[in-house]
Amino acid sequence: MLKRQIAEKGKKLQEEHNSETLFSRIADKIKEISAIDSNMGKYGNVQIVMVTYAVVVVFLCMAGYLVYFMINDSSEVINNPYNKRRNILAERVVRGSIYSADGKTLAKTVTESDGTEKRVYPYNDIFCHVVGRMSNSMTGVEMSQCYPLLTSHSNPFKQLANTFRSEKNKGDNVYTTLNAGLQQVAYNALGNYKGAVVAIEPSTGKVLAMVSKPGYDPNTVSYEWDNLIENENSNSPLLNRATQGLYPPGSTFKIMVAMEYIMENPSSYKKYSYKCMGSDSFDGNVINCYGHESHGELDLDHSLAKSCNAAFADIGMSLDINSFKKLCSKFMFNKELPVKFEYNRSKFLLDNKSDIAECVQTMIGQGKTTITPLQNALITATIANKGEMMIPYVVDHTENETNDIVKTYQPISNGQIISKKTANIIGKFMESVALYGTGSSLNSFSYRVAGKTGSAEFDSEGNSHAWFIGYAPAKNPKIAISVIVESAGTGSQYAVPVAKEMFREYLGN
Amino acid sequence: MSKREAAKKLIKLFGDMNIIGVFHSILVETSKYIIIILFAVYTWRCFTIFLGNNTERKEKIYKKQKRIMYIIHFICSLVLFLNSLDYKIIIYYFLQFAFLVIVGKVYPYVYKGMSKTVLSNMLMLLTIGFIMLERLGSDYIIKQMIFTASICFVSLLIPFLIEKFNYFDKFGWAYAIIGIVMLALVFVIGKEKYGARNWIIIGNFALQPSEFVKIIFVFFVAAIFAYSTKFADVVKVSIFAAVHVLILVAERDLGAALIFYITYIVILYVASRNIFYILAGFGAGSVAAVAAYYLFTHVQTRVIAWSDPWSHIDSAGYQVAHSLFAIGTGGWFGMGLGEGMPKAVPVVESDFIFSAICEELGAFFGLCLIFIEISCFIMFVNISLKMQRKFYKLIAVGLAIEYIFQVFLTIGGVTKFIPSTGVTLPLVSYGGSSIISTIVLFSIIQGMYVLNGVKEAEDVKEANSRKRKKTARGA
Repeated sequence: MLKRQIAEKGKKLQEEHNSETLFSRIADKIKEISAIDSNMGKYGNVQIVMVTYAVVVVFLCMAGYLVYFMINDSSEVINNPYNKRRNILAERVVRGSIYSADGKTLAKTVTESDGTEKRVYPYNDIFCHVVGRMSNSMTGVEMSQCYPLLTSHSNPFKQLANTFRSEKNKGDNVYTTLNAGLQQVAYNALGNYKGAVVAIEPSTGKVLAMVSKPGYDPNTVSYEWDNLIENENSNSPLLNRATQGLYPPGSTFKIMVAMEYIMENPSSYKKYSYKCMGSDSFDGNVINCYGHESHGELDLDHSLAKSCNAAFADIGMSLDINSFKKLCSKFMFNKELPVKFEYNRSKFLLDNKSDIAECVQTMIGQGKTTITPLQNALITATIANKGEMMIPYVVDHTENETNDIVKTYQPISNGQIISKKTANIIGKFMESVALYGTGSSLNSFSYRVAGKTGSAEFDSEGNSHAWFIGYAPAKNPKIAISVIVESAGTGSQYAVPVAKEMFREYLGN
Repeated sequence: MSKREAAKKLIKLFGDMNIIGVFHSILVETSKYIIIILFAVYTWRCFTIFLGNNTERKEKIYKKQKRIMYIIHFICSLVLFLNSLDYKIIIYYFLQFAFLVIVGKVYPYVYKGMSKTVLSNMLMLLTIGFIMLERLGSDYIIKQMIFTASICFVSLLIPFLIEKFNYFDKFGWAYAIIGIVMLALVFVIGKEKYGARNWIIIGNFALQPSEFVKIIFVFFVAAIFAYSTKFADVVKVSIFAAVHVLILVAERDLGAALIFYITYIVILYVASRNIFYILAGFGAGSVAAVAAYYLFTHVQTRVIAWSDPWSHIDSAGYQVAHSLFAIGTGGWFGMGLGEGMPKAVPVVESDFIFSAICEELGAFFGLCLIFIEISCFIMFVNISLKMQRKFYKLIAVGLAIEYIFQVFLTIGGVTKFIPSTGVTLPLVSYGGSSIISTIVLFSIIQGMYVLNGVKEAEDVKEANSRKRKKTARGA
């Protein structure tokens, strides 16, 4: 009994002692913690860690951005005329060559025995504007592909070996979309006239030919520079008329007018009729047909085929100018083109405030509207491509010296500009032009051509630039062409023959 | 002398031995790859050092880091010399090498128990700065070396000051007054430079007061918030902080204004542990930023230059566009030291030095540099986490944020990640005020860490002795 009591007491004492130490331990711990807290040793550490995470995340984003820039943007960014580093690159790399789509050399660098380099253009002035030049401020493909031409994607070991031997690496070669044969035909067909030709593949936007006359010889441009500058006022040989020349569109603009009319009157445009007497007056503004020829009773199709000025002035009077302006800006009038070469914006200046005189003049392609041959080719190619506009481009791909492809430029769509239906209707009208209208000399081919002529008057004496725009084959368009022959006369007489030779060269008889 | 001329002269010097020419080109060409590899290893070690807490291992890594630094310094100097055959470069090399060795030895001796990894990062960044400035022009390098050496010498006093005067936290409002007066002084006697009126010219020296006020400002905010984050106090401090920022905005020193603002928000957040202040701070900041955009044309110019430098390449976008040209043309491995055109970028030696680094040493080198800066920041944060006194903790956090945010502004600005605000890359860029304030900033953090370490050791000793007494009594 006693033993048990003693044992119990002992146990209790032990427990008490245990609990005491436990309490004192906890108390110690609390004291410790409060001591730290009063010291603020860990105070705010969670917040510091949060801030640190945020900073690290921001820095990782910045590093990621730098990597992205190096991989995706840098090659585009450095290829800028303001980047002055090309001379440094040229010390290490032999500038690559420029080729046509069919493999003809358009520009190459020849190293002389004494180590000096010379840029050679085998076609002299035929490609001078589109391929461009190296000296006297770069232009054309030479400029737009300056850094790719000066960048070598050869085998890195070969490159390293070359540097050790103090030899230059070979720059990448640029393959253009240009067809050398077609370019030559267009160049010859223009003869001694000033003018320009643009040919585009409608389904891709590839520029097949781009001629501007007069030109200059890029091989000798630096010697002739002073002469060229002097000549610039009268003949403008340095100007690329194909993309920078602004001309009145003349009757080719009637395509735009007809298009707007069809879109405004989708069900009743077929019923349009007009009796042409050779001239007509609109609010006192007299509009004459070419040679005062009276075309008689006309529907829309025949108005376009015969290019009747009075009928189009009549149509134009009925149009909603705002809606027409919208259509034109969809076709990139007044807008920046997303292209990699020099160009001027085509201008459509009509609006609600314009007077009737300006309005009727615009409808027949005179007035203040001005257009580049490139813009006219773009309109034609869009119609040929069933209303979908493809952005024109000149460079197809780049290759390294062993012909491995480095970069391919893909066709870029600018969207469906007009409906397929509208495009088809206009296309049919344009076929009529080439079948029995002002472009009927094109009806001898085995395939059908669609087109529109124009004679844009540029002075009060009735002198005019000859225009032709068109595409072929009408069923499955492979080429869209825009031709202007300056101060020559009518489109049918001077521009159509140029186009005809080009169709023959590209598509056969 | 251009690289080619130098090579020709070398070949001439050694007769017809073409081997010299070959050796020269091999060295110049391969050096850039070697430098990048070494720098990548250095960067890697900056992060592996966080794994494990073994002091012996840390000491080993520190030694390895230093070795890499010496090698990079040697190779870069050699390439610079071979490309120019300028004997001054040899002199600079030995002076810099002596500086690195002396600082590497003396600092750990004065700052007992300092973070050696922070020290090695500081020296690495200084080395990169020396090399780049040497490459950009000898005017810069001489001044920079003088400034760096003298401030490093003066900074040896900092741990002593921190230990002796432990009442730095008692002057809260005085710091604010000093800061505001110094900033406002620029209005009275300041000069405009690079579109910002933030310079005071004394004799031959151009001082940038905001660089020094930066540090005083952190002391001010930390001193007040270490004791009270009551709403009334927060409002009072906020008003004074806003005065700092507004003066800087009026001086068109946007970079500094942003640095002050962010630093303030972060210290307030850490001191109050209240997420509301961060949200309110950023809300107010966004409103102020939008207002500034509409009020000040110079703010608009910066934003335009950022959003589309290409359309304004002749005017506002010139600098950013050329910086991107430099980085892009340099590519991943760079043009090689002395082979690019970094001088095409205006003020490349100070605000845009990162683009010169990327152009000549490579974007990969630039990336490593970004990671070294991150690692440096994490080391600062580690130090601040260990601080026992709230005042020191807030100062460490404030200075760390100040440092890393400035790095963010400059690198982000030259890479077009954010609008460029015209601040220097600390320790690397040319600029006396910048180098002085940054080395002081590093030294203060180190000094507090040292003090903290001493205190900690004492605490441990005390605790141990208390325990011993207790056990003795218990027995």
